[in-house]
Amino acid sequence: MTDAATPSTITGATDPVLSRRPESRAWKKFRTHRSAVLGGILVLFFVAIAVAAPWLPIPDPAATDWGAVRKAPSAAHWLGTDEIGRDVLARMVWGAQASLLAGVVSVAIAVILGVPLGIVAGYFGGWTDAVISRCTEALLAAPFLILAIALAAFLGPSLTNAMIAIGISATPVFIRLTRGQVLSIKAEDYVESARAIGLPTPKILSRYIFPNVLPPILVQATLTIATAIIAEASLSFLGLGQQPPAPSWGSMLNTAKNFLNQAPWMALWPGISIFLVVLGFNLLGDGLRDALDPREN
Amino acid sequence: MTQPPRTTPETAPADSPVLRLGALEVGFRGQPVNVLDGVDLEVSAGEILCVVGESGCGKSVSAMALMGLLPPAHTRISSGNLTFDGEQFDLTRQTLPPRLRGGRMAMIFQEPMSSLNPAFRIGDQIAESVLQHQGGTHASAMARALEMLRRVGIPAPDRRLKEYPHQLSGGMRQRVMIAMALANDPQLLIADEPTTALDVTIQAQILDLIRELRDSLGMACLMITHDLGVVAEIADTVAVMYGGQVVERGPAAAVFENPQHPYTIGLISAVPRLDAPGGRLATVPGSVPPIAAMPTGCRFRNRCPFAADICAGKPPLAVQDGGHAVACHFAPLEQNLEVVA
Repeated sequence: MTDAATPSTITGATDPVLSRRPESRAWKKFRTHRSAVLGGILVLFFVAIAVAAPWLPIPDPAATDWGAVRKAPSAAHWLGTDEIGRDVLARMVWGAQASLLAGVVSVAIAVILGVPLGIVAGYFGGWTDAVISRCTEALLAAPFLILAIALAAFLGPSLTNAMIAIGISATPVFIRLTRGQVLSIKAEDYVESARAIGLPTPKILSRYIFPNVLPPILVQATLTIATAIIAEASLSFLGLGQQPPAPSWGSMLNTAKNFLNQAPWMALWPGISIFLVVLGFNLLGDGLRDALDPREN
Repeated sequence: MTQPPRTTPETAPADSPVLRLGALEVGFRGQPVNVLDGVDLEVSAGEILCVVGESGCGKSVSAMALMGLLPPAHTRISSGNLTFDGEQFDLTRQTLPPRLRGGRMAMIFQEPMSSLNPAFRIGDQIAESVLQHQGGTHASAMARALEMLRRVGIPAPDRRLKEYPHQLSGGMRQRVMIAMALANDPQLLIADEPTTALDVTIQAQILDLIRELRDSLGMACLMITHDLGVVAEIADTVAVMYGGQVVERGPAAAVFENPQHPYTIGLISAVPRLDAPGGRLATVPGSVPPIAAMPTGCRFRNRCPFAADICAGKPPLAVQDGGHAVACHFAPLEQNLEVVA
């Protein structure tokens, strides 16, 4: 990109507005979007903690200490201890890993399943579309969390199965969104011209349809990560997610509910963390939507 | 008989045509009347054929059928044979071998603003088409893309290669479309109203470019337009379409100077002229009936000032002289109309 400070040469082509790529325009809009940046910082903060967990100077999250049961926050245990003397800070940090992993992996599953199905349904139409769309509607008829609980119960309680269950439950949303986008993109002239060039259908789908339906999917994926984190917490709360003694924010809340009077900090930290990370992803998603929206200059 | 070039008697350009389209009939599903009713077209190497007619007369549908681009879900080609460079193809199968479409037969569209994929650099898009038809490495395809951009007269082609479509103006994008279409050395270029969306000065540049490329590459060109000004400027031969039929066909000069079909006469006299006195513009009376209400026989007869009983029978596209063919029972008008009147 040309330096904005130097006056552009006479060739009209170096107009700084015109010569900016769409990515950088979106990035500029994102940068100046305050709540989006706040969301990004929140998300980055939790991601950094989750990634750095093994190297942080914190005790083993599963190590019990019968001399320090349900201790309030102190210099030794910054966020206090739980009902069998485990360090809440350590469990929070490792729990962040479980929560973010569950959010990202389950959304990845939903995207990997949903986007191709949506593209196929939208592009080919007819019977293919009818079958895929009716199945989607059947899945959508069941509430998201109920479906996830049913699937997780069916698959058996573990973090992996919880992620699969959440991923499958979130898939229909992506099928519908992608299908709708494809319906509008496939009517674009450049898809017609791709066919006139003689490109085979798979190439048209991957090079002409997919990249152009991506922005709304990206926004939806970011927002769905927030939902998936809540869903994972809910499943863990119900004992269908992360299994003890491995920590997760949902299962910590589950235990904490029994000691709300004696040790409120046990519930406070996971609650606040879930709130903040979900808020972060939502703000980030809204910011992305505004930044990628072509309608606003 | 062996055919030495330039001895075929009736058609103006004497070489055997690159493209010969015969008896093309296309219907839309759920419509009893055919949208295209026996369209015949011919283009030779180095020739520019302009297909003219008003909106909905079937110009674009003919081109799409030719390219195998009509969606089988909504359209049905009930008849149509294509001879392309001596090879026979059956259009009723509604698909063409991939080596033809985009390779030996290329197409450019009306809307350059939206005909390029916004997600990729233009160099990559041209290279994609090259790789598809010629193979080779990405680097060689990019080299070809650069060569083509230079060829179509884009300034600073090496920089443009790395730009996205939205960074180019409409005229530039149409040049890119042309570069993309010609990157595989097609024998036939189909241009569907290539200048309609451009302003007049750019329009003239694009027409010049097409003519110049035709001269240097010797390709055949089938241009669809409703602008008789464009036709007069660029066409070697003209085919006038009305209601899904070719009503008049011949060398451009012959059609302009001596139009024989009443519809062609109406079209030409409706062009406003700078040197003529003011007053109301001439029009062709009436409007095109919806396809389901097309009259049988001559489809123009409900608007034709000369219509008579005989017009209930379909007039053949009969060759008059010098390759000038007219689908009218009264052609040649000068002689026959006095008999009727």
